[in-house]
Amino acid sequence: MPNKDQIEQILFEVIKELNEELPFDQHIDVQLESPLFGQSGKLDSLGLVSLIVRAEEKIQDQLGISITIADERAMSQTKSPFTTIRNLSEYISVLVIENEKD
Amino acid sequence: MKKTDTKVMIITGTSKGIGRHLAEYYVDQGLHVIGCSRSKTDFYSANYRHFILDVFDEKAVRAMFTEIRRDYGKLDITINNAGVASMNHSILTPIDTVRNIFETNVVGTFLVSRESAKLMRYVNYGRIINFATGAVPLKLEGEAAYASSKAAIVQLTQILSKELAEFKITVNAVGPPAIKTDLIRSVPKQKLDDFLKRHAIKRYGDFSDVTNLINFFIKPESEMVTGQVVYLGGVFG
Repeated sequence: MPNKDQIEQILFEVIKELNEELPFDQHIDVQLESPLFGQSGKLDSLGLVSLIVRAEEKIQDQLGISITIADERAMSQTKSPFTTIRNLSEYISVLVIENEKD
Repeated sequence: MKKTDTKVMIITGTSKGIGRHLAEYYVDQGLHVIGCSRSKTDFYSANYRHFILDVFDEKAVRAMFTEIRRDYGKLDITINNAGVASMNHSILTPIDTVRNIFETNVVGTFLVSRESAKLMRYVNYGRIINFATGAVPLKLEGEAAYASSKAAIVQLTQILSKELAEFKITVNAVGPPAIKTDLIRSVPKQKLDDFLKRHAIKRYGDFSDVTNLINFFIKPESEMVTGQVVYLGGVFG
């Protein structure tokens, strides 16, 4: 079972890759509380798509687990999992645990 | 993971009919073709790989895309050909038939397109081709469920063309002519004759009519062609 640190590290790698493509003023700090998407986030909807797709691929490649991050719950939660790296990491941990149970 | 220079294409519904023909045709053209259907295939080629799955089964479809990403590193073209039909009066159509039609035709096309777009980001080029039907503009009696599912595909084609333009992916649809395949085997001759009468060109189509249009959509020069639905044979409302 992958631990929380592994998922956070994967997300940090994804953010570093995204930063290479984003203009400098839109770079996201590689730390847990960095805002991603929403009121204070720097990502637009296309950036969010790139983030999610890359994260799904890396989780598949590094942990061998296939998850769909943008699932029904993620899209309908009052507290969006896409606001900060920490929230996203916590949400992915839940998905990973559920995947293991299946 | 090394990206292949050869174009990689997915075709759904390759066990028979148009899908089978397209698989053989594009393998002959030198592409890597990945096909899928609910049943086994007897088509073998070094450049053809077959998956047995339902196109609306999210887990199975995602597993197929994971393998494509690992083995080819990219995807260039997707042809959402898989489809089921039921020609019947709406009063005589079981709800399970309606569900089956919508799952394969609409959910399947949506799911395969969604996963395709994720992989096409790698190539800065992408072509998604969906399948519509002349029964949509003609609003044919006896095809309420089938034509409604294909109308959804027309809408999906046009909205995806907008959403995916940023990724240089075009999305278009083919309205194939009546071709003598399994899909129309059970349709009475009189009904098919009536259908043909409503075309500008009143003859059965050939597989080559379909490949000709798909070849046009997938050309690199067709990067401005998106959100279009072409009804072969000339069908209008």
